[in-house]
Amino acid sequence: MGLFQKLKQGLARTSNNIRSKIQSIFQPGALTDEFLDELEAVLIQADVGVEATTALIDSLREESRGKSFETVEDLYRTMAEEVAGIFASIDAPLKVAGQGPTVYTMVGVNGSGKTTTIAKLAHRYTSQNKKVVLAAADTFRAAAGDQLEVWAKRTGADLVRHSHGSDPGAVAFDAARAAIARKADLLLVDTAGRLHTKKNLMEELKKVIRVISREIPGAPHEVILVIDGTTGQNGLIQARVFARAVDITGLCITKLDGSSKGGIAVAIASELGIPVKLVGVGEQASDLRDFDARGFAHSLFGIDQVEC
Amino acid sequence: MAFESLASRLADTFKKLRGRGKLSEKDINQGLREVRLALLEADVNFKVVREFIANVRERCLDAEVLESLTPAQQVIKIVHQELISLLGGRTHPLDISGPPPAVIALYGLQGSGKTTTAGKLALQLKKSGRRVLLVSCDVYRPAAQKQLEVVAGMAGVSFFTLSDRVSPEVIAKKGVEKAVESAHNVVILDTAGRLQIDDEMMDEARRIKEATLPRERLLVVDAMTGQEACQVAEEFDRVVDITGVVLTKLDSDARGGAALSIAKVTGKPIKFASLGEKLEDFQVFHPDRMASRILGMGDVLTLIEKAEAAFDQQKVAQMEEKLRRKQFTLEDFMDQMKEVKKMGSFGDLIRMIPGFARAQVDVDFDPKELARVEAIINSMTPEERQNPDIISGSRRRRIARGSGTTVQEVNRLLKQFFQARKMLFQMGSSDKRLGRLRLF
Repeated sequence: MGLFQKLKQGLARTSNNIRSKIQSIFQPGALTDEFLDELEAVLIQADVGVEATTALIDSLREESRGKSFETVEDLYRTMAEEVAGIFASIDAPLKVAGQGPTVYTMVGVNGSGKTTTIAKLAHRYTSQNKKVVLAAADTFRAAAGDQLEVWAKRTGADLVRHSHGSDPGAVAFDAARAAIARKADLLLVDTAGRLHTKKNLMEELKKVIRVISREIPGAPHEVILVIDGTTGQNGLIQARVFARAVDITGLCITKLDGSSKGGIAVAIASELGIPVKLVGVGEQASDLRDFDARGFAHSLFGIDQVEC
Repeated sequence: MAFESLASRLADTFKKLRGRGKLSEKDINQGLREVRLALLEADVNFKVVREFIANVRERCLDAEVLESLTPAQQVIKIVHQELISLLGGRTHPLDISGPPPAVIALYGLQGSGKTTTAGKLALQLKKSGRRVLLVSCDVYRPAAQKQLEVVAGMAGVSFFTLSDRVSPEVIAKKGVEKAVESAHNVVILDTAGRLQIDDEMMDEARRIKEATLPRERLLVVDAMTGQEACQVAEEFDRVVDITGVVLTKLDSDARGGAALSIAKVTGKPIKFASLGEKLEDFQVFHPDRMASRILGMGDVLTLIEKAEAAFDQQKVAQMEEKLRRKQFTLEDFMDQMKEVKKMGSFGDLIRMIPGFARAQVDVDFDPKELARVEAIINSMTPEERQNPDIISGSRRRRIARGSGTTVQEVNRLLKQFFQARKMLFQMGSSDKRLGRLRLF
C-alpha cells in the first residue's frame, strides 16, 4: 500500500466530517468568513497551530481577491501548494560524508520513536549492502540497548553498546572508533529520550555530539529531531529548545500511519526553517520514507494525490 | 505572542475597554477570542473548544460579569471553574476493590509511556501495602518484555510474562492465574502500543479485556499530544470502555490540553499524572491545577507543596523572624539558595509561578555556580557575612583571591544579594501567607 493511501485511510474517518461541512458551505467566487473559519478548523485540527494557520488563511484571503475558486478542490490545491512551498524552500536531502563513515544522530523527547527510526534506517542501508554500525547511546531507559540489539540482529548491522547507566559520551566515542576501524559506511547513533525542559540532559546531549564531531571530522552529518506525529503545539517548543542546544539539521515525523497529520511540522518549518527529512508510517522495518513536501501538504487537506 | 499567560492577555484586552462603563456582549466576545486562542495553543481539541466557549459565553453574559469592575478576572474565574468541572471536578481514586487480584490494564498509543507508568503505579501500590505482579503483554516491540522486567526489578515487585510467540490475551490470563497462585493482590497488565485505527490490534485490546476482566482500564496519554487526543480516546473508550486516564510527561512544558479533550469526549476521569523519569515521579491528578496549567496561569499550589516538602520548617520560621526584624545576611542568602536548590530545577519552579509558565530553561541554576557562590561567601570574614555593607574594594579583591574567583564575580554576587535584600524587605511587610514564597 502506498504511503498516501495509508495516510488517507487513517484520515478518512476523521476528516470526512469537516470536509463535508466545508463542501456544503462552499460557494464559487467570494470566500465568506464562515467558510474561512471552517478552513481554519481543518488546519488547526491537523495541529498546524494558530499562528501558522492564521498566516495561511490570511494569504489565502489576499489571493482570493484576484481570482475565484471554482471548486473546493481548487482551493485546497492552492492551500496545499502554499504549504508545500514552505517546505520546498528549505528542503535538503540527507547529507552523506565525502569519505569515512556518515553519521546520523537521532534525538528527541521520550517515546517519539528514535530507536524504531534507527532500526528502519539500518534496514534501509543494510539492504543496500552498506555497512552500518549502531550506537546504543541510550544507556538510561531500561532495555533500550536490548531493543537495539534485536534490531541489529534482524538487519545485520553491528552494534556498539555499554552497560546500563554508563556514559553515553563513551558509547559515542567507542562507536565512532568502531565505525572508522570497521570501515563502516554509516553510523547511526541512538540517544536517550529527553524532555527539552531538562537542562542537564540537554548538556549530556551536547557532549555526545561533541564527542562524535571530535572523532569524525564533519560528523554528525545529520542530527535528526524525531517528533511524534501526534504531538501538538509543544512540538514547536521542543524543536526550538533542541535546536538551541545542538545543531538540528532535520526532522523525522513518526507514527503518521495513524489519523494524525503531523501538522506541527508546518509550524516548525515556517518558524524555525528546519526541514522534514523522513517520515515514519508504520511498524515494519520498511515503513520509513523520505519526506515528500507536496504529498504531505496534500494529505493535510485530504486531497487525492498520486503516489510519488 | 504565543503562550503568554491567558490572564495577562485577557487583562490587556479588557484594559482597552476601561472607562467605557459597562462591557457589551461584543467586548465579551473579544475576550473569549483570547480564551479560545489560549485553549487552542494548549492543544485542547478544536471541537471541544468551540463547545466550551459557547458554554462560557452564556455564563459570562450574566449581568454580574458585564457590570463587574474587573471583568477580566471574572471571565478567567468562570473559565477556570468550567475547566475544573470538565476535568472531573475532584480527584478520582483507583478502584482496586472486590475479590483479589484486582486487575489493572494499561492501554495507549506507541511511546505514550505505558511501561514506565506500569512501574510507577506498581511502586505506588507496593508502598500502600499491596503485592503487585507486573505482566508484560507486549510481544511486538523488541525488548519490551525485558524493559518491564527491569522496571519491575527497580520497583521491587514481581514480574511475569511468557514467550513472545504466545498471544497477549493468553499471557494476560496466565498472569492473573499466576497472581492467584502466588497471592498477589494487584495485577498490572502492560499492553503493546497500538494505533486506535488499527482494527486488528484494537480487537486484541478487547480480547485482553475479555480474558482478564480488569477492574481498571487506564488509557495512558502523552501530555504533549495534539488535536488527535479526542479520536484516540474516543476509539479506545469505545473498544475497551476505559475507566480513567493517566497523563504522562507532564514534566515537559506542554500545557496538556489533551487532558481536557479526553475528559470531554469520554467523560472519564484523569486519575494520575506522571512527571519525571524516576519511578517516584507519579501523582494523583488534580483537576484544578491542570486547569491553571492549560490556561497558562501557573501552578502555585504545587509550588507551595514542593516548598513545604523541601524546606526545613524551623529554618523557615527563623527566616520569617529575621525578615520581620529586617535582618538578612549573606549567610541567610546562602541558606536560601541551598533550600531552593533542594526543591529541584529552578526552571521548573519558575514555570509554576503565574505568568512564567513559558519561562525559558536558561534560568536554571548551574550547580557549579552555587559552589562558586559558596566559596566566595566562605572567603569572607564573619563580620563581612553579617554586615555585607562594609565590603569595600580592597576586601573584594581579597575575597576574590581567597575564593579563586574574580572581583567581577564577587561584585555580581553582592549585587544580587543587595537586590534580593531590598526585595525581601519590601515584601516582608506584606501578605503573611506568602511568607514561604517570598524568598524566591
